[in-house]
Amino acid sequence: MEKNIERQTLLLRLDGDLDMKTAETLRQAIDNEIERRKVRTVILNLEKVQFIDSSGLGVILGRYKKLVPLGGKIKITNVPAHVFKIMELSGLPKIIDFYQTEAAAREEGRGAQ
Amino acid sequence: MKENQLTLSFSSLAENVGIARMLIASVGAQLDFPINDIEELKVAVSEAVSNAIIHGYRGRSGHVVLMELEIDDDALKITVSDEGCGIPDVEQAMQPAYSTDPERMGLGFVFMQSFMDELNVDSTVNKGTTVSMVKQLNRSASSPSS
Ligand SMILES: Nc1ncnc2c1ncn2[C@@H]1O[C@H](COP(=O)(O)OP(=O)(O)O)[C@@H](O)[C@H]1O
Ligand SMILES: [Mg+2]
Repeated sequence: MEKNIERQTLLLRLDGDLDMKTAETLRQAIDNEIERRKVRTVILNLEKVQFIDSSGLGVILGRYKKLVPLGGKIKITNVPAHVFKIMELSGLPKIIDFYQTEAAAREEGRGAQ
Repeated sequence: MKENQLTLSFSSLAENVGIARMLIASVGAQLDFPINDIEELKVAVSEAVSNAIIHGYRGRSGHVVLMELEIDDDALKITVSDEGCGIPDVEQAMQPAYSTDPERMGLGFVFMQSFMDELNVDSTVNKGTTVSMVKQLNRSASSPSS
C-alpha cells in the first residue's frame, strides 16, 4: 500500500488481495487519516489489486458511509476489469464515483470547494 | 477425466483464506475452467471460508475449517464446513444485504449463489454449518469427448 496526502486528500495505491485479512488494515489506515489529518477526500487506486470479495467491498462502503456525514467523499480509480465485475454485482458503482485515472479523480469536484 | 478428491483442513485464521483461494484456483486451472470462472470460484470459496471464520467461529482462532473438493465427469463440488455457532434461520441469512454484523454487506451468500450453479446450506445452531456449492464443468462445449 502506497500513501500520499495532499490538501485533505488521501491517495492510496492498493495492491494484492482485498479480503478479510487485509480489510482491517485498510480500514484503520483510512480512518486514522480521516480522524487525525482531517482527510475528506479519499482516492483509492486499485490498479494492482488482484482480488476483492465482500469483506474488501465492505471496507470501501464503510469508509464512504463515514465520509459522507463529514462532507467528504471517496473516489475509485484504475479498477482492473475482473475486480470491477465483482464491484458491479455489489452495486457499489451506483454509490461511489469511479475514474479511469488518478488525475481525473483529483480534477473532478475541485472547483466546487 | 478421472474422479478426484481433495481435502484441506485448516485453522480459523484470516491468512488461510488466501490459501483456500489458491487451492481452488489451481484445481480450477487444472480442470480447464476459463479464467473468468476461476475468478468466480475464488470469490465463492473466499466468502464461504470467511463466513466460517468470522461468523461460525466469531473470529476466534484455534478452530478448524474444512474444505473438501470432489471432481467427477461433469462437476466440481466444493464443501466448506465449520463446527461453529450455526445459523438459526438459513433462509433469512441468505437474503441479499442480510447480515448480523452492521459493518458487513450481507453479500457473501449472494456472491456464492451468483457464481456457482448450485448452493446448499445446512446448519444447526451450536453444531455448525456446511455450505456445498457445485460448478458444472461444461467440458463438452470446448473439447471433443474422449
Ligand atoms: N458459517 C457460518 N456460521 C454462522 N453464521 C453464518 C455462517 N455463514 C453465514 N452466517 C450468517 O449469515 C449471515 C449472512 O452471511 P453473508 O451473506 O456472507 O453476509 P456477511 O458475511 O456480510 O454478514 C451472516 O451475517 C451470519 O449471520
Ligand atoms: Mg459473508
